[in-house]
Amino acid sequence: MSVKLGVPSKGRLMEKTFDWFGQRGITLERTGSEREYAARVTGIEGVSLVLLAAGEIPRELAAGRIHLGVTGTDLVHEKLVQWDQKVEALAELGFGHADLILAVPQSWVDVTTLDDLDGAAAAFRAEHGFRMRIATKYHRLVRHYLRDGGVADYALVDSQGATEGTVKNLTAEAIADITSTGETLRANHLRVLSDEPILRSQATLFRSRTAEKSAETRETLRELLAKLDL
Amino acid sequence: MSSRAARDRAFALRGGFEAEGARVVDCEILQPAETLLDLYGEDIRARAYVTQDPGRGERMLRPDFTVPVVQMHMAHGAEPARYTYAGEVFRRQEDFPGRASEYLQVGYEVFDRADPDAADAEVFAAIRGALGSAPLRAATGDIGILKAAVAGLETSEARRRALMRHIWRPRRFRALINRFSGKTPMPEARAALLAAEDPFDGAGPEIGLRSRAEVEARIATLRAEAETPPLAQSEVEMIDELLGVSETCPYALDHLKHLAMDFPVLRAAVGRFERRCAALEARGVDVATLDFEAAYGRSSMEYYDGFVFGFYAEGRPDLPPVATGGRYDALTERLGQGASIPAVGGVIRPDLLDEIGAAA
Repeated sequence: MSVKLGVPSKGRLMEKTFDWFGQRGITLERTGSEREYAARVTGIEGVSLVLLAAGEIPRELAAGRIHLGVTGTDLVHEKLVQWDQKVEALAELGFGHADLILAVPQSWVDVTTLDDLDGAAAAFRAEHGFRMRIATKYHRLVRHYLRDGGVADYALVDSQGATEGTVKNLTAEAIADITSTGETLRANHLRVLSDEPILRSQATLFRSRTAEKSAETRETLRELLAKLDL
Repeated sequence: MSSRAARDRAFALRGGFEAEGARVVDCEILQPAETLLDLYGEDIRARAYVTQDPGRGERMLRPDFTVPVVQMHMAHGAEPARYTYAGEVFRRQEDFPGRASEYLQVGYEVFDRADPDAADAEVFAAIRGALGSAPLRAATGDIGILKAAVAGLETSEARRRALMRHIWRPRRFRALINRFSGKTPMPEARAALLAAEDPFDGAGPEIGLRSRAEVEARIATLRAEAETPPLAQSEVEMIDELLGVSETCPYALDHLKHLAMDFPVLRAAVGRFERRCAALEARGVDVATLDFEAAYGRSSMEYYDGFVFGFYAEGRPDLPPVATGGRYDALTERLGQGASIPAVGGVIRPDLLDEIGAAA
């Protein structure tokens, strides 16, 4: 059986991943037509490439269906309970940088820290009769972060896209989302809190701790990691 | 799933409480999520299973019986009342995936105005009696004493309310004490905001539900806070000393009575502790060897506001407590729509009794 390497199936994340491996003498390439998800690895024997949606790579790693995978730290931390027991981060690849942040309307001049957010949330609940709503798709990470920060009287509302628009549309009072440059936030009159972000994420090569390891795959993995200087 | 043995044990325990005069009650497994979310906030989602019903909205698999039993009692219960129940509860275990997510709980709950301290002792003794001779260590505490200390602080109402709101979050509570006592300086951004001629300079358009008036109101609150003199050092030390109390009941009582001499605001709460000790003794509990920790139970579920207790398996720090309980007067007020009643209760986990090999 070959060592399976999971890589994001499209976009800049895929291209940059291909480049990163290419610079280390391992060529990853798509084969067949533009629309066909088939791929080839050259530069090493016994490694096969699996093209997947970046969001599915954590699950595949945890289930042991792939040995290695490239995805964002944010996705691994959000989707895997006790992620460090299921996967090991081997290398940060230096691209796909994005921070998971909490942002509030710029007009909330009284809120710059989590401490302020908690104070504002208490007053908001007293005024409106319901908890301050924070729109996000990163429920677990945000909940942990707010619990650690001692914030009470908030509620998370699910937002799978266009999260920055929820405040203006009155479906949330604040948001927690991934941002790289902050431009979309500014365009929507939102401002990031000054505390450390919830998570600093970047594309990372992970190893599954649960995938089967025959003598053969073990040897291939060793050879691959040596070529990658890991 | 619960084993046959745990199930048999659960019904036997419930039968025991029934024989002591408690009424057997049951409640639905699927509870409306709203009540629980409103009580506990977002944290409950990390601990309970939430599911969606297209017609009825969000439902939650009952994470405990206490809340529905309180609701039932407040809606149409006669006073005084003693209830018992046995059934599964469901808990997500994100932080401890090895722990059971579905297990049995047997409970005993007392709603009685007559003598709350005696009721505390009654519930503790009933749970302890039901646990038999299993090798368990009892821990006790009293959140009412810390609440009394906070309520009696000589400072602004806003500060007392902020501390009260975070009594169950020890780290945040500490950060607030440090801020209010001047130990940590005001954050730079806040100092700049309060010093600004026009705090709304460059604020951008007003968006969202939180209005400019609300922002202004909070700035006024912050300004008032900045002008409030720091908490007295003696009061900070009193809270520290109080939270550090961890001794057997008689020594803890001596210690707290001593503290209450200097801080009369503690007298009523310490008096209740003293009467509870006497009531426990009258029920045959060896109070002289019973541990008391003033900070016990602070980081668990938010509804206990007085006496709290737990029973832990000796030599098994890996296991959650085999039984827990406490007083939850404020919960009855929040669910009572204007009414309230002193209430105290406890629950046992029969599966854990099986696991430690306790005699059935």
